[in-house]
Order: sequence, then structure tokens, then C-alpha cells
Amino acid sequence: MRQSWWKVLCVLLLMYVVVGGILLPVPRLEIVNETIRNLYFHVPMWFGMILLFLISCVYAVRFLSSGDLKHDLYASEFINVGLLFSILGMVTGMEWAQFTWGAAWSNDPKQLGTAMAMLIYFAYLVLRGGIKDEEKRARISAVYNIFAFAMMIPLIWVLPRMVDSLHPGNGGNPGFGAYDLDSSMRLVFYPAVIGWFLLGLWMTTLRIRLGIIRFDEYNDYPDLSKNKTNV
Amino acid sequence: MALTPLFTLVRKDLLLEWRQKHTLFGVLLYVGATVFVVYIMNGQPEAKVWNALFWIIQLFVAVNAVAKSFLQESQERTRYYFTLVSPVQFLAAKMIYSIVLLLLMSMVSLFLFSLLLGMPLEQTGLFVLIASIGSLSLSVVFTFLSAIAARAQQNAALMAVLGFPLVTPMLMMLGNLSQKAISPVYQPGWWGVAGTLLLLDGLVILLGIILFPFLWKE
Repeated sequence: MRQSWWKVLCVLLLMYVVVGGILLPVPRLEIVNETIRNLYFHVPMWFGMILLFLISCVYAVRFLSSGDLKHDLYASEFINVGLLFSILGMVTGMEWAQFTWGAAWSNDPKQLGTAMAMLIYFAYLVLRGGIKDEEKRARISAVYNIFAFAMMIPLIWVLPRMVDSLHPGNGGNPGFGAYDLDSSMRLVFYPAVIGWFLLGLWMTTLRIRLGIIRFDEYNDYPDLSKNKTNV
Repeated sequence: MALTPLFTLVRKDLLLEWRQKHTLFGVLLYVGATVFVVYIMNGQPEAKVWNALFWIIQLFVAVNAVAKSFLQESQERTRYYFTLVSPVQFLAAKMIYSIVLLLLMSMVSLFLFSLLLGMPLEQTGLFVLIASIGSLSLSVVFTFLSAIAARAQQNAALMAVLGFPLVTPMLMMLGNLSQKAISPVYQPGWWGVAGTLLLLDGLVILLGIILFPFLWKE
């Protein structure tokens, strides 16, 4: 992951997304109007968040099988950045909802689900903060991480059946997929998803490298940096 | 017999509960006082509110009753169990004990609800069944979280922090299911929700069995 090609790709994609997302033509729709451009910034945050949490869960499993503290550091940093993405996604979504739905918070299943996912992962941070011993913290938080990710599945599954959604594509609202997300929007949307996700990955690797340096400073045994990391 | 340690552990916990009557009656008093406070503040609510209050009180009772399952064991005693039984048996015993305890509590609170807050139920049998499934769901989740909180050497507050967001979807499903027992309106997808809830319970138990050995290790 130390190669730079994907970081260059990330910067190029995001430059294209920011410039193209603001300047390229979009469908003219009632109410939504130009706020449709929020699609390039709001929706990729959710894709990014779910992917980052998934990677974190994979590292939690890997920690439990290997007992390597590096994997624990990976898992926790992926959650930190995933939470940042969730906050940004929530803010961009609420701002958009203020203009199109008339209120920043309405009883929408996707908002509820995300709010709960955020609570679940903030609880993960609380849990980590409460344990001093590193080995123990790593193991307990890995167990909670896997459990929490599994319990998030019903959030995605169940909530939409319980509450009607105001989101485009739900409850009779026109969806982007149906006819509005025309090919010109796809041209920006897919690069946006990849670009923002790569940015999240980049941020995580930087935080992990920082974490490894800090770990070495506070611990006498240098077993994390000894085998050169491939971050 | 592979099941003997399991039964012995469950029996030990229940016996302990019965002999240390102050904790059992403490929780019973908690249920009674909560229902009474609701009655004092609100009188007899309408059916929908009744349903919501029932599940909210179940949630708080679950936190208080189930929290003890792991948190009451001292670290030394846990190490002693470690030498005696397998972790899966230990977890299963705690889960069964919590389920029994919470079933009792939910029946008590249902009785108190019908006494103080009125009885809007159309199908009492169905509601009792859903309340039992609810007790099972809440017990297994909170038992596992109690194990996490106990290993982290934290108190029941951590369990509540970890647990509330995790059980919210479960509570939504339970409240939705029990609506059917209250008002005889047509609910499409009732069986789908019920099936999802049972699958989720199965998932929680399975994850508990897989993950608990990692918690147990020192």
C-alpha cells in the first residue's frame, strides 16, 4: 500500500469529481434542482463508511486468529475514519434534506439506521477507552467489532420495512437509478465513489503509520516496527 | 454426559438467585416501581402508547436483571470456572439463566401492566408469546454484552451504552409484532418480521458461541 499510484489516482479522481460535479450538466428536476449534485458528495460517504467498517471487521477477525496487535490498530483506525465519513455523510445529507424535504431531520429509515450505526461505533470507542491493557483491549474490542457489524445487518434489512423512506428511489419517490441518474451523472458518480473511498483508505494508512510510531514510543518492545510494515 | 455441567451451572445460578433474595426482589421491586411511576404520571394510556411503554420497560428491566449474569462473578471465580467447564457451556448456562429470569420479569410486568395500565390486548396468548420471544432476544444480546463489560472490568453503564443501539432494531421489530396482538388491523409482512427476528436471535447465539472463547481467554 506504500505505492503512490493509487494516491495519485485518488487526487486526480477527486479533482475531477469536484470540478465535474459542480460544472457538468445535471438533469433539471423539480424541488431537487441543483442540489442533485450532492449525490457526488453525500452518497459516496455511505459507500465509504460501510466499506471501511467492513475492512475493520475483517481486521478484527484477523486479529482474533493471529493475535497480532498491528491488526488491532488497523481495525480501530478503519473505524475512526469510517466514523468521520459517517459524520460527513450525515452533515451533507441533513443539509440537503433541509432544502428538499424542508427539515434537516425527518423520521427516515436511512437517517435512523445511520444514527444507530454511529451510536454503535461510538460505543466501540467508549469501550476501547475504558480498557487500559493493550492485549485485552484489542481482544475485547475485536469481539465487539464483529458482533456490532453483524448486528448492523438488520439495521439495513429491517428499518426500511418499518418506516417509509423519503429518499429518492423509495416510497414512490423517483430514484436516481430509474431514469434520473443519466449517463452524464454516472460519469461523475462512479469516479466519486472510488475517489472518496481511496481518500478514506489513504487517511487510514496515515493514521496507522502514526499509530505504529506512537506505539513504539510508548512501548519498550519494538515488535511492531521490527518487521517492516507494508502500510 | 456433556450436558451435566450446563445444568449444574444453570441450577447454581438459579439457586444463588433464590438464596440471595435481595437481588431478585430488588429487580421485582424495580419492575413494580417503574410501572407504578408510569401509572402515576400518565394514568391509563392508549393502546399504542401501552405497547411502547411495555417494551421500553422490558429494555430497562433487561439491562438491570441481565447485567448481573456476568458482572456478579468475581475474576477469581471466573478463573475457577475456566478450569472446570468449556466456554460454550458457560455462556449457554448464563444465557439460559438470563432467559428464565427475564421471562419471569416480563410476565410480572405484563401482570402489573394489566393491573395498573389497563388491558388493551385483543389476543393475550399471542402477546404472551411475543413477550417471551422478546425476553429471549433481549436476554441473549445483553448476556453477551454483560460478558464484554465484565471482561472490560466495567459496570453495567457500559453495557447500556453498548446495548441500546444494538437492541433498537430488535425492539422496533418486537413492538411492531406485538401491535398485531393489540389491534386486529391487517399487517402485511408480519411473518417476515417474525422470521427476521428469530434469525437474528439465532445469529446472536451463534456469534456468542463463536466469539465467547476469545473473551474468556486471558
